[in-house]
Amino acid sequence: MTRSDPVTPAQRVALARAPGRPGVAGAVKALFTDFFEHRGDRLCADDPAVLAGIGLFHGRPVTVLGTRKGADLEQNLACRFGMPTPEGYRKALRAMDQAEKFGRPILTFVDTPGAYPGLEAEARGQGAAIAACLARMSTLAVPLIAVILGEGGSGGALALAMGNRVLMAENAVYSVLSPEGFASILWKDSSRAQEACEVMKLTAADLLDYQVIDRVLPEPAGGAQADPIAFWRTLDQALTEELRGAARLADPARHRQRRFREMGNSWLNAGKETR
Amino acid sequence: MNNWFAARRQRMLRLKVRREGERPFQPRLSAGAPVFEQCPRCHKAVPRAQWEKNLLVCPACGFHRPVGAYRRLSLVLDEGSFQELDAELTAGDPLAFPGYGEKLTGLRRRTGLREAAVAAKGRIGGLPAVVAVLDSRFLMGSMGVAVGEKIARAAETAEKARVPLIVFCASGGARMQEGILSLMQMGKTAAAVTRFRDKGGLYIACLTHPTTGGVTASFAMLGDVTLAEPEALIGFAGPRVIEQTIGQTLPEGFQRAEYLQEHGFVDAVVPRGKMRDTLALLLRLHQKGGARRDAI
Ligand SMILES: [Zn+2]
Repeated sequence: MTRSDPVTPAQRVALARAPGRPGVAGAVKALFTDFFEHRGDRLCADDPAVLAGIGLFHGRPVTVLGTRKGADLEQNLACRFGMPTPEGYRKALRAMDQAEKFGRPILTFVDTPGAYPGLEAEARGQGAAIAACLARMSTLAVPLIAVILGEGGSGGALALAMGNRVLMAENAVYSVLSPEGFASILWKDSSRAQEACEVMKLTAADLLDYQVIDRVLPEPAGGAQADPIAFWRTLDQALTEELRGAARLADPARHRQRRFREMGNSWLNAGKETR
Repeated sequence: MNNWFAARRQRMLRLKVRREGERPFQPRLSAGAPVFEQCPRCHKAVPRAQWEKNLLVCPACGFHRPVGAYRRLSLVLDEGSFQELDAELTAGDPLAFPGYGEKLTGLRRRTGLREAAVAAKGRIGGLPAVVAVLDSRFLMGSMGVAVGEKIARAAETAEKARVPLIVFCASGGARMQEGILSLMQMGKTAAAVTRFRDKGGLYIACLTHPTTGGVTASFAMLGDVTLAEPEALIGFAGPRVIEQTIGQTLPEGFQRAEYLQEHGFVDAVVPRGKMRDTLALLLRLHQKGGARRDAI
């Protein structure tokens, strides 16, 4: 964030969470033709909080994956406001396997406060399901481009975002935990969430600095929700370029492994600091 | 010559164990120091010597007290085989988070640890392995850049040496103070242990109290074999967050090692006293060609 930037991190958090924020369902309508949705994890259930399918992107089949918050209250509740269960992550795993088998690039669209913290979710292995997604993404031979559209909340977001390239909407946020959770853990005071937004470095510009993301997608004034059509046009153009770039990767799996192997390494010291 | 090195390694490990033992166990039993220590669970006063002999497990109720990383290594590694890896590896303060640097300095002084993870090469039952251990006394064993890097390097060292990898988890999850880079360590570690396993390496995850958050959702749940200590809390979301979300109290035993085993996520719940033998057995069973003929 530059000094002249008029939008504070806390305002971006609000924009990222605002109703009407473009999500994966909107992306499917705007960017793909001939879409077919995968349903179910083939183990026990179908979680609507994860959308998976196959679509044509400029005539080329790709696998589409994303976390979904839902467009109205009924959908919000069914999707637990975008918090997937293990069944959702296992559906994602299945879609990744399908993509690998048929050589389709994967595009993921992330907007989640995090994985659902529930009794059944734990009983069925929320941690194991997310870990399995991370492991699977690290070995996929097809390119994976991840887009953080709104909230990128914790491990529940990373579970779909180990991309060869990671893009982020200008007003999206991506963090280790929600600002409320962060304030409550570190300061024992969730009302200091505003302050947490400032110190957490969760904006697209911050994450570009940390090399956690590769590209920021500019949003119209008032946020992507103010002019979704303009935003989809921007995203369409960006994804076209990114897929072209990814097609040149000799070994997308190795590229992804190296990308994540380097995460944070510029901050390592080997015994240089004082005891 | 070899013996001299082995003895030196053992002395080094003993020294580090003693150092981390300053809390809760005073190494010098001065005249005024209490000889008994209460079990945190059943409150029985247990002689300190008996705690030690029983590997910090309560002889009355079986409660497993947390153990430091070096003590853990001394409990599982063969005498004289300990060789620490990346002992000096630490990371900076990427968020410039107020008070974080001082906190690290204080913890380093108090625990004798450099970071929340210790990695070592050693032998268990005569067979070589790389063992990494998280220590819950160091910022709840949370995973920042240095911890993630140590786990990834442990996997790479094990791969190069073609020996099994064992990780003892004890962690509250990703380290908040290092922000998004902590989250990224989940990707780093998951990819590293997956690569190791795909190359044919044996990875044993040992889940100890507590294993939660981003550690559970990455390398802790990716073992070829998964062991857990009795009653260890293991989960992704913390119990309090779940209670707040669903608005009800959680059942007795929820997210404990035995519960995880019942739900299919843990191969065996192993009491501390049997851990070394269990690991030795697993290493033997994964030797190329199985057990030696003369052992049948
Ligand atoms: Zn007891």
